[in-house]
Amino acid sequence: MSPVVAAIRKDLLLQWRTRAQVLAIFVFGASALLLFSFAIGPDAEALRLHAAGFLWLALLLSSTLTLAESFQSEMEQRAFEGLLLLPASPRALYYGKAIANWLQLTLVGAGLVPFMVVLYDAGTTRLLGLAGILVLGAAGLSAPGTLYAAMTAQARARQTLLPLLLFPLVVPVLLSAVKATSLLILGDPMGQLRPWTLLLACFDLIHWALCGLLFDRVVED
Amino acid sequence: MAVDSVAVEASGLCRRYGRRWALVDVSLRVPLATVVMVTGRNGSGKSTLLRVLATAIRADRGGARVLGYDCRTQRDAVRRSVALLGHYSYLYEALTPLDNLAIAARFLWPRGGGPSPRALLEEVGLADRADDPVSTFSAGMRKRLSLARTLLQDAPVVLLDEPYGQLDPPGFRLVDGLLGRLKQSGRTVLMATHLLERGSAICDQAVVLEQGRLVWSGPAAQVPEASSAALPAGAPR
Repeated sequence: MSPVVAAIRKDLLLQWRTRAQVLAIFVFGASALLLFSFAIGPDAEALRLHAAGFLWLALLLSSTLTLAESFQSEMEQRAFEGLLLLPASPRALYYGKAIANWLQLTLVGAGLVPFMVVLYDAGTTRLLGLAGILVLGAAGLSAPGTLYAAMTAQARARQTLLPLLLFPLVVPVLLSAVKATSLLILGDPMGQLRPWTLLLACFDLIHWALCGLLFDRVVED
Repeated sequence: MAVDSVAVEASGLCRRYGRRWALVDVSLRVPLATVVMVTGRNGSGKSTLLRVLATAIRADRGGARVLGYDCRTQRDAVRRSVALLGHYSYLYEALTPLDNLAIAARFLWPRGGGPSPRALLEEVGLADRADDPVSTFSAGMRKRLSLARTLLQDAPVVLLDEPYGQLDPPGFRLVDGLLGRLKQSGRTVLMATHLLERGSAICDQAVVLEQGRLVWSGPAAQVPEASSAALPAGAPR
């Protein structure tokens, strides 16, 4: 079994055994969507216009919980250090955790879409396209998020530090994901969906490649 | 002593945490197949020494080699040669003992093989709790499971940091038995402990640390007379 597969199996098993936390993170995201809709008020057109932005903001806020939580179990008894000393490849451990976080964020995002449709009256018939944007957007949050979660896992103010470091870095991901989702919901008369999706995919590629290279330096003393 | 008969060699090791030096100029040579007791007061640098040798942390100055591999530049080779039982259990609390050992085994033996996790759990007396989450375990049970994880590595050099800590009398006998077995199979063991009488009965050699400095080394049988508590600062090595 390759080390990356072993790492993915480990992280998925950990997520399964702590699935109550995953549910709590989803409820947090749904609550954020609900509160954003209250902030806009009963204006149906404004709600529809801002639906994509609020969906991705809810997912971004949920992602900080997911990412921080994913390193909590690694740090309790220094299990992560234990794996490094076996030795397990830091890069394999990174990609295992980033992929597991990606899957979890995609699931949370998919669960939030029906809430967005109901609360913001923002449906789309292009479900496959929406699924693709969700997968790409979650990947763009997960790759740098996993790196920064590892960096801040042992810091005293980690709950503040992680969003402080992560949010500026994922602005391009957020912009392109929101724009692409808006185009799917509101219509795409100018054919802009493809360039925005490509831009999102490019940021994903850069993040996944760079963060994998940097992880070794982050986790070794 | 020929180089190839040396399991662990450290020269001028220094390590600091913030402004406090935890290890100061520690040099030692441990021959192959030797069991060495590392003793000293709390905070004397025993755990730091073992963690530097296991490459869990880096020395700020000086160097160390394990089975000829440099701890700084050949980290992976050192890690393949060393198993560390540390202060942390290295366990996932939400998972069962079998899950924990299986995860470690997948990284250690990607093509299968290696010691059987169930057999190891049997050996440390946890077979009947193999499917319970580690979070439900007592401190002593966690220590037993950590011992099983250390044995799973099947490494030629074993570093044990307070292996008797938190264990009950049967647990003490378990560790005695394991140490005897490791010794018989030709492993090199460095064991940090405060239990001088027990350690000197099992170990061949001993080193005493005081405020991060190595202040005494010699046959383990002589340690009780020259225990760390009795040693004055600057005592002869």
